[in-house]
Amino acid sequence: MKVIDVALPKGRLGEKVYDLFEASGYECPSIKEDNRKLIFENKDLGLRFFWVKPSDVAIYVERGAADIGVCGKDILLEYDPDVYELLDLKIGKCRMAVAAKDGFKDDSDVPLRVATKFSKITEDFYSKKCREIDIIHLNGSIEIAPILNLSDVIVDIVETGKTLYENNLKPIETIMPISARLISNKASYQFKNEIIEDIKEKLSLQVKNL
Amino acid sequence: MQIENNILKTDEKIAFLLRSLYHRFGYSHYKMKKFEEYELYARNRDFLSSESIISFTDATGKLMALKPDVTLSIINNSQDEEKQIKKLYYDENVYRLNKGFSSFSEIRQIGLECIGYLSIYEICEVVGLALKSLENITENYIFEISHIGLLNSIFEENKIEDRIKNKILNCIRSKSIDEFDMICKTEQIDENIINKLKVFMKNFRSIDEAISELKNICSTEISKKEMDEFNEVLNFIKQMGYDENSKVNFALTNDINYYSGVAFKGYVMGIPSGIISGGQYDNLMEKMGRTSNAIGFAVYLNELKRLGSSKSEYDVDILLLHEGYMAEAVNEVKILSKYGKSVWVSDFIPKNIKYRKLLKMTDKGVIEYESN
Repeated sequence: MKVIDVALPKGRLGEKVYDLFEASGYECPSIKEDNRKLIFENKDLGLRFFWVKPSDVAIYVERGAADIGVCGKDILLEYDPDVYELLDLKIGKCRMAVAAKDGFKDDSDVPLRVATKFSKITEDFYSKKCREIDIIHLNGSIEIAPILNLSDVIVDIVETGKTLYENNLKPIETIMPISARLISNKASYQFKNEIIEDIKEKLSLQVKNL
Repeated sequence: MQIENNILKTDEKIAFLLRSLYHRFGYSHYKMKKFEEYELYARNRDFLSSESIISFTDATGKLMALKPDVTLSIINNSQDEEKQIKKLYYDENVYRLNKGFSSFSEIRQIGLECIGYLSIYEICEVVGLALKSLENITENYIFEISHIGLLNSIFEENKIEDRIKNKILNCIRSKSIDEFDMICKTEQIDENIINKLKVFMKNFRSIDEAISELKNICSTEISKKEMDEFNEVLNFIKQMGYDENSKVNFALTNDINYYSGVAFKGYVMGIPSGIISGGQYDNLMEKMGRTSNAIGFAVYLNELKRLGSSKSEYDVDILLLHEGYMAEAVNEVKILSKYGKSVWVSDFIPKNIKYRKLLKMTDKGVIEYESN
């Protein structure tokens, strides 16, 4: 039996994703045990799940360490991995947005300073608008950049907007909606096509019932 | 002198097999210079898989580049000639930027190009050689094929503007049906056209299923002509008995500005990315001022290094301690190497050397001391 390796994003989203797999008949009960293991196997189904950092899922899949995986659309747009994007799981919904301090007014005379973790998405978005920008790549706590005058605006993921409001920021423009996607390695998609298509079909039925 | 089989690495063995295969089909070896003028690559930057090129100024002040690609150079050195077809193969290193990093890699590529006023015979021959190349590498392979001309003709006959076409092509490439539905809805594309385009996103179970579904979406002479050509290539694949390992997959759209006819990719079990990539690139020929056709492919040998390493767990078969009997040790080495054994001669046991057997020279000849 061919074993299917599935990379799941660690955290709340990953748990929701696993529930979808379980409801589709692709379960691995040991994953719910309270321990620090990262790899779980259901030998009867030929299925192996492993938890990885959400931003690393696409790397595991692209490099073939996992046959399939689930990651956010933001990761796919930012890193452009060479994978198939098979299904929108319609969970982990949020949006990529531009946020700024209350009362912000864009001065088109000078380049706009944008702090973000998502440099490529930011660059694509502003180049379509022909707006000159100065990207400040940060790895976390993006929200404080405009407060400390490091940047004029930020580009980040917004779920409820609570963190933004608490830091006196507000979303001023939506770049795109984001949700979790089922992705597949291109070689695995061919060599394990039957099972990957079956997983996709069954997950898609679950998504319709959400 | 005979080369011992276990000396050659997997990629080296395959390189010899493929060179011999291409030679048998009349392809001659094309040796490139290591450096080319930078301008050649700068003019065709979109065709290259990475934008960065290693460049330097030569002694005369001319800007040169370490070649990131072989095809451009071959076309550059070709001319349009009636009833003349160039069949070339190469085994070269190219220099490309690693994805996501700012460092370059040296990549060994072996491949072939067939350039001239081509008929369907040459197109099938090159497709067949790509399949034979995969077959020479392993039995466990998958060959994906699509047809850029057919895809383009369907866009053209349904008058889909470039802006929308590019968005849809991205969905086809990533097999993202959800994105495709969203774009069709936003752009208010006609239901009939949506159904035709959806065929390109299908996971066809067989070549026959693909042929029948693709024929149904061709409504003008242009698309029918492209389909006829694709049909001939697919039938050739069937006749040659390669259909079990071949799949029609339009996610393989390559760059439609350069490719014009069939496009293909080969995967082997155990390697996560394609190891063969190629197609017919008449549009690139046109951009470089040629009116003739061209088709070719490259095999990425670097990837094959991971396939079934033939490296022994021992550094050497025999460690021979000469103990001062030099002449006898030389004689013993001669005998052992005649039987294909590798021998390390020393007067002490070197650290970090893994040996199968430890032998010692004595006044009574050679004695075995240890066997692992």
